[in-house]
Amino acid sequence: MDPYKIREDFPILKRKINNNPLIYFDNAATTQKPKQVIDAINEFYRNHNANVHRGVHTLSQEASELYEDAHEEVAKFINADSMEEIVFVRGTTEAINLVAYAWGLWNLKKGDEVLVTLMEHHSNIVPWELLSRINGFKVKYADVNDDGTLNYEAFENAISNKTRIVCLPQVSNVTGVVNDVKKIVKMAHEHDSLVLVDGAQSVPHLPVDVKDLDVDFLAFSGHKMLGPTGIGVLYAKREILESMEPFHGGGEMIKDVTFNTVTRRCSISWNDLPWKFEAGTPHICGGVGLMAAVRYLENIGMENVRLHEKMLTGYALRRMQELEKIKIYGPRDASSKCGIIPFGIAGLSSHDVALFLDHYGVMIRSGLHCAQPLHEKFKLKSSARASFYIYNTREEIDRFVEVLKEIE
Amino acid sequence: MGVIEDYVARIEETCGEEKDFIVIFKYERKDEAVTKILRKAKIKKSISRIIFELTFQNFSFRLYGTGKAIFRNLKDKSELKRLLANLLS
Ligand SMILES: Cc1ncc(COP(=O)(O)O)c(C=O)c1O
Repeated sequence: MDPYKIREDFPILKRKINNNPLIYFDNAATTQKPKQVIDAINEFYRNHNANVHRGVHTLSQEASELYEDAHEEVAKFINADSMEEIVFVRGTTEAINLVAYAWGLWNLKKGDEVLVTLMEHHSNIVPWELLSRINGFKVKYADVNDDGTLNYEAFENAISNKTRIVCLPQVSNVTGVVNDVKKIVKMAHEHDSLVLVDGAQSVPHLPVDVKDLDVDFLAFSGHKMLGPTGIGVLYAKREILESMEPFHGGGEMIKDVTFNTVTRRCSISWNDLPWKFEAGTPHICGGVGLMAAVRYLENIGMENVRLHEKMLTGYALRRMQELEKIKIYGPRDASSKCGIIPFGIAGLSSHDVALFLDHYGVMIRSGLHCAQPLHEKFKLKSSARASFYIYNTREEIDRFVEVLKEIE
Repeated sequence: MGVIEDYVARIEETCGEEKDFIVIFKYERKDEAVTKILRKAKIKKSISRIIFELTFQNFSFRLYGTGKAIFRNLKDKSELKRLLANLLS
């Protein structure tokens, strides 16, 4: 893949910030959008906009077809059996809340355990902690090693026959560590536990095959993989989705709502999958934009995306170590992680570092990255984080290191 | 609090133990705000004239040439607003 050619598809990369060329290293927070995605959204609103499903007119059929095609495209991308296993939601956060409330609320009780890790994004902690207040189950936290990798032994010790669901990120949004999901799935399934994988930082960056991983749930966000904000995906095995209660109630998700004049109540039957979980008018153009993003990534090939990021990460780790006052957190070996590098500079807060870089047009994130427990584990008040994607180049890393040298 | 509305676009409060306030000045008035603040506060240190470490009324904070500032160890937002009003008036 040629990142210089790819860059031409991203209008925003031509921008200057404080008279410097924009260097966008905040891809773990959200990615930039190629013109193919922008054009797909534009084309939808210009030529095909209508509400989906149950409309008989031409535009409604066109919109429905596009929206369904988007589900199909995503199913193919992660090797799901069919689009019935693909529920469109707002993002990873909503996907996890869907599992918590449409599965957990009905299936977890006092005495049960939900096992999460200490490297979780808050979106995979808070829904479970909230629900445990209602249902009285226990949320257990599997430890991580000092270098930020998952402690598999601790994980194995923490899992038991009380564990009903295991939740973990495939890639940590703080350290970029890639977890061995297959190994965890095997452990969990041996204990008859389901597995929910937070794929927010993995699906955009490496090939993910839900059949090969054998995960029960996979959550990810469109905006972190070139797509628009407000659209994301929950993948779940068909038989699990079929056994689950709906999440939100309303139009679209029902087949029939019949009023019984004797009981004076409505009896309701649910729509087919995946619509049973998509109540109300969905984010149609979000789906269309996501489909364009998935096609763009498929054209490049996820293996190539992974290789490019590995090259950039290895190069950045090497160059950053030339700095005297820098401390890089997490593993330094690019082969065990994705393109995320958390770091600190002695004497400066992460926000200072980010604002200094901003002066030179380099965008990085600072703070806790919604993963406070992991920062507490590392005894850090916050961290600076550079994260890469397909349009980043070695020259940008050179410039980034040059600016960091100036800060020192 | 009129001067704050005149000069400040946003105030971001960071999460976690390290409670910082990041003040972002309005783009079109940032240079004016930076000049005003540099005139009022005492410069302890400057890094490449991009970051200024300043003190004012016993509080230290950092000001950026790009029109942003970080305030630490403040009690709350009203204390920040009081400081900003004094710095920008
Ligand atoms: C690992 C991880 N999980 C979940 C999320 C939440 O994603 P969203 O805000 O798109 O719902 C993020 C976003 O930063 C993330 O990095």
